[in-house]
Amino acid sequence: MNLRARISASAAVYDVARVRADFPVLSRQVNGKPLAYLDSAASTQRPRAVIDAVDYYETHLHSNVHRGVHSLSQLATDAFEAARERVRSFLNAASTREIVFVRGTTEAINLVAQSWGHSELKPGDEIAISALEHHANIVPWQMVAAATGARLRVAPLDAAGQLRFDEFEALLGERTRLVAMAHVSNALGTILPVQRVVAAAHARGIPVLLDGAQAVAHEPVDVRALGCDFYAFSGHKLYAPTGIGVLYGREALLEAMPPWQGGGDMIRTVSVERSTWNELPHKFEAGTPNISGAVGLAAAIDYLESLGREQAAAHELLLLRAATTALEAIPGIHLHGTAAHKAAVLSFTLDGVHPHDLGTVLDHEGVAIRAGHHCAMPLMELLGLPATARASFACYSTLEEVAQLERAVRHAREIFA
Amino acid sequence: MELTDLYREVILDHNRHPRNFGHLDPADGHADGHNPLCGDRLSITLRNAGDRLEELRFKGNGCAISMASASLMTEAVKGLRHDEVETLFQQVHGLLTGTAVPTADLGKLAALSGVREFPVRVKCASLCWHTLQAALADAASGHAAPVEPVSTE
Ligand SMILES: Cc1ncc(COP(=O)(O)O)c(C=O)c1O
Repeated sequence: MNLRARISASAAVYDVARVRADFPVLSRQVNGKPLAYLDSAASTQRPRAVIDAVDYYETHLHSNVHRGVHSLSQLATDAFEAARERVRSFLNAASTREIVFVRGTTEAINLVAQSWGHSELKPGDEIAISALEHHANIVPWQMVAAATGARLRVAPLDAAGQLRFDEFEALLGERTRLVAMAHVSNALGTILPVQRVVAAAHARGIPVLLDGAQAVAHEPVDVRALGCDFYAFSGHKLYAPTGIGVLYGREALLEAMPPWQGGGDMIRTVSVERSTWNELPHKFEAGTPNISGAVGLAAAIDYLESLGREQAAAHELLLLRAATTALEAIPGIHLHGTAAHKAAVLSFTLDGVHPHDLGTVLDHEGVAIRAGHHCAMPLMELLGLPATARASFACYSTLEEVAQLERAVRHAREIFA
Repeated sequence: MELTDLYREVILDHNRHPRNFGHLDPADGHADGHNPLCGDRLSITLRNAGDRLEELRFKGNGCAISMASASLMTEAVKGLRHDEVETLFQQVHGLLTGTAVPTADLGKLAALSGVREFPVRVKCASLCWHTLQAALADAASGHAAPVEPVSTE
């Protein structure tokens, strides 16, 4: 089957009205208009199944984990560790020892930068990133580079917002110690050729960290098939609550890394003079974790898999195409990020209308989009834009919302004409 | 809350055709303003005559609210004494945030009253005033030290 046939075949069985009914917030109004929530790249909404799982945990199971002999503590520990196993199977990691719970993508990358970076990087060493990274995959490396004397190298993009692979490869050299790259760009939607990136890096013995914040809900992620060494993502972009996220790390690497935060749970023994570290993954989980968040994350993964990840992704792709066609037809529109492989993110500007004014007018029409620099200031500078407007789609987005977006953009154009 | 309260005809007009747009050279005072959240950037140059603000220009890039506010401001403050500029700023600030009812007739600046219904846009409208204050301070100090860009954050 060709792509178009595949899309229509899966769209036929994908009942978005039923999916929407699972998300309570989507039935609300904003400014007297039906809400068209087109800001899922910033944060997705939660389905009832996730809200209920968190609620059940809070009302039946909560206690601290890994410490009590009492029954409730065991129940909470079981729920937390079951969530870890759920994440492991979702990512196809080899072991739950490789699944570290963190607050989100940002904390996951900081963990690697602080722990791995501080122990491995020497003056003159290089970390390779791309020009489309989120600040979360730039600033932690700048901080560790400043502390160790290492430096950042940035792989360029072509006009469509795709990685210039040859130039990326040419960047890898003797001094390159790590490649840290987005799996999917939040600002442009570009899906990076991560398989090739990993192959090129590994051929030179360089480990790879992938920032999967924008990928997990939309792209298949199999860390063993990808072969990456670290993979970071946030629950709240995967239909789960805020404040929970995951760092996947290959066991051998995590084993060799020192802890980055000290406290309870991460130790085996503590005397006043010295401490010994707990085993993986607990070595990297100091203090009481976000237990209900982990439970919610496991429920969100169950939910997404119940929809069918491929069906949901095909549905989103359909919306991306429809929205691209609809917006392209509006005079004065410029689309930013036209990669051949794209996730359902549409960045655009409209002549004569600043993205913030566009955001305000759209909001007034019930359409929630992001307007700004998308936490990717270096990319914006490269594009020569202070900001763009960005519509992004998820499993619950609809063609009606695409139409609502188009009408609202046309309305903005009239106001500022 | 209506969109037409925010985007009044005066605002749209000043956004499309900003007044006093450009750069004064030579200038007595100069300051840059930046709203990191929006990426709005503004630069103000001015010339004094004694304790009066004789001439000013602004240049920049931003949303309609920030461009129109700056354009309206330049028209309103030109020729005022420095203490009058400060008083006017307090009045406009009260108008934008809805914290005080202006006691003076603000003229065209009153077109910005819709901003108070859109709290996230208050900084867009006030950036130019903060930048003007910095440019006046720069002039008062006789360009003594390079001025840090004013930031709304
Ligand atoms: C590509 C990318 N990386 C990192 C992050 C940071 O995620 P969080 O704020 O959940 O830590 C985001 C979220 O905006 C993102 O889109």
